[in-house]
Amino acid sequence: MPGREHSARAPLSIHDLTVAYERSPVLWDVDLDLPAGSLVGVIGPNGAGKSTLLKACLDLIPRASGEVRFFGRPYREVRRRIGYVPQRESVDWDFPVSALDVVTMGLYGEIGWFRPVRRHHRERAREALAKAGIAELADRQIQQLSGGQQQRVFLARALVQRADLYLMDEPFAAVDAATQRTLTDLLQELREEGRGAVVVHHDLSTVRAIFDWVVLLNLRVVRAGPTEEVFTEENLAATYGGNLNLLAQAGEALRQREGT
Amino acid sequence: MTGVVGPPPAALSPALENLLRVLALLDYNTRLVVLTTALLGLASGLVGTFLLLRRRSLMGDALSHATLPGVGLAFLLAVAAGSSGKSLPVLLLGAAVTGLLGTLLVLLIRNHSRLKDDAAMGIVLGVSFGVGIAVLGVAQDAGGSAAGLEGFIYGKTASLVRSDLFLLAGTAFLVLACVLALRKEFTLLCFDEAFGSARGFPARRLDALLLTLATLVTIAGLQAVGLILVVAFLILPAAAARFWTHRVGPMLGLAAGIGALSGWSGASVSALFGRLPAGAVIVLAASCFFTVSLFFGRARGLAYRWYQHRLFERKMDRQHFLRAAYECLEGCYGRDHRGGLPPNRPLPVRTLRANRGWSEAEWRRMLRQARREDHLERVDRGHLLLSEAGYGEAARVVRNHRLWELFLMKHAAIAASHVHRDADAVEHLLSPEMVDELERELDRRDIPGSPHPLPTAGAEARADPPALPR
Repeated sequence: MPGREHSARAPLSIHDLTVAYERSPVLWDVDLDLPAGSLVGVIGPNGAGKSTLLKACLDLIPRASGEVRFFGRPYREVRRRIGYVPQRESVDWDFPVSALDVVTMGLYGEIGWFRPVRRHHRERAREALAKAGIAELADRQIQQLSGGQQQRVFLARALVQRADLYLMDEPFAAVDAATQRTLTDLLQELREEGRGAVVVHHDLSTVRAIFDWVVLLNLRVVRAGPTEEVFTEENLAATYGGNLNLLAQAGEALRQREGT
Repeated sequence: MTGVVGPPPAALSPALENLLRVLALLDYNTRLVVLTTALLGLASGLVGTFLLLRRRSLMGDALSHATLPGVGLAFLLAVAAGSSGKSLPVLLLGAAVTGLLGTLLVLLIRNHSRLKDDAAMGIVLGVSFGVGIAVLGVAQDAGGSAAGLEGFIYGKTASLVRSDLFLLAGTAFLVLACVLALRKEFTLLCFDEAFGSARGFPARRLDALLLTLATLVTIAGLQAVGLILVVAFLILPAAAARFWTHRVGPMLGLAAGIGALSGWSGASVSALFGRLPAGAVIVLAASCFFTVSLFFGRARGLAYRWYQHRLFERKMDRQHFLRAAYECLEGCYGRDHRGGLPPNRPLPVRTLRANRGWSEAEWRRMLRQARREDHLERVDRGHLLLSEAGYGEAARVVRNHRLWELFLMKHAAIAASHVHRDADAVEHLLSPEMVDELERELDRRDIPGSPHPLPTAGAEARADPPALPR
């Protein structure tokens, strides 16, 4: 759609985004306008560029071309309004910090350069931990937490920031059932408060239950739109095409979904 | 003045007097050297902590070796310009320039070739040291008084003059202030650089700053420790501190303290024995701290972990022994003596042991422990009687075990015959809170019956329980 204007209301609008590593593109011509206050699932096979999309939006990796706007502004002007939950495996959990320390990191941007963390910051971090359901683990060293608890710590670190839009990279990966429920509830709560989230997701069987909107991604946007319209067997086949195993999984997930 | 401090005893030997002078920091120059080195140790402990957490410790090695050509070149340039060439600020400036070039070269090789970190560092380290030695050789031939330059290789603090010391102390102080001011930013960089960048703390600039601080410490440390050993000054205090704590704050404090103590002792010993280079003593002191921490560190030292493991083994032994005894009681005398509990009567040792298949050594170990913990009333004539305390503990242990078994059968769909083994693995780790939760979950207050067959004694034991006085 050449010449399309970016809506200032859209929490995230991406125009013509291309990302390349060593000159071979990993994301082609992504063009998206996400609706306000909704939960958006980003779905696609491994290596489809899902994490890359989030990172490119947050200026963490250079863009070959294209523009990204959050609420009509470039990211660096609206950092505070955007929360980020990286993949859990992206950090070394043997690091000498407690769960509370990690959550206060979500406030560092607000605290600013050179200034120390104060008591009221730690209070807010405790509240965020409570919201993630692990208030009693605040002083635990992060290595002693289970995978699900670590994911909750990351979630609390993002929540403490009270952002208007959250970008989450595979928060549902390898977590226990209880954590999955907490995550789903928190996402619903965000939506009820008129805030939104863009979530990289891998479990096709839960997509319909969680997301209002989906982006089907495989190096380019295959389809994007309301879940009922876009999350169809045909579109999934187009997204996962060429990878028969994954295609079979996708079909299986859909069959299970329709059976219930 | 007399009357306040008495005159020194006449018998004091000159060596002892010298020792006292150094330790009490009486001599002005010694005091300056010792304090400067201690301050350097403090700064390198702090920077080293973040280098360690960022997995960049070896960067210091490439950096320090790359300073040598700079020292030689700066000397040659200064001589060519007509000075004696021995001005410390000029030499250190040269060291800083080539040191930074060396680290940039490492990054260049790593980012633009297929070589990894270790190879890139090895190349830069070796090549720059070779070039440095060659340049120093040229400097010797070029005349001037190049004699002191080898001091940079092994470290020599005694030759420093006052203004040099102030320069080094000032550098160390600057580094100290920077690290403390940027403590939270560096922590974020080391833990999660992507999140930090997203929050507006650019990883590249912080990385460059950290590397600059490492360069400053290294260069200031050249005179004190020497370029070969300065990297140990950066790594050892931080690595030692990590064994004592799981928090960045205390780790910084400990590393700074260990660095300062090592620096202090190195400079003192070097002042006492002119032939001992300060660098060697500093690194030896730091390695003593490291060794002690490696074994006895409260957070992850080897001895501490071994001790924890021993405690756990003992707990397992105790629980196995008591549960076996209790189940034997149930098997021999039934479980309806007093409110669902078996009677506490003497047990045939043979039944007990046959049931578990313990070796002679294991059995003796467990008996010894049970005696020590007052869980045994007596053992004689092939029978064994639990004490009141032992019986109570046994009932508790068995109850936890069976609650866990029931829970597994209910929720994990594990067959009854397999439950025993799985319950064994976890029950030793059950905390009181977890037991409470199990009780709630299963809604049981009593000791459940065993889901699998209990050991029963042979007919002889059942027919003839020896009547021991209670």
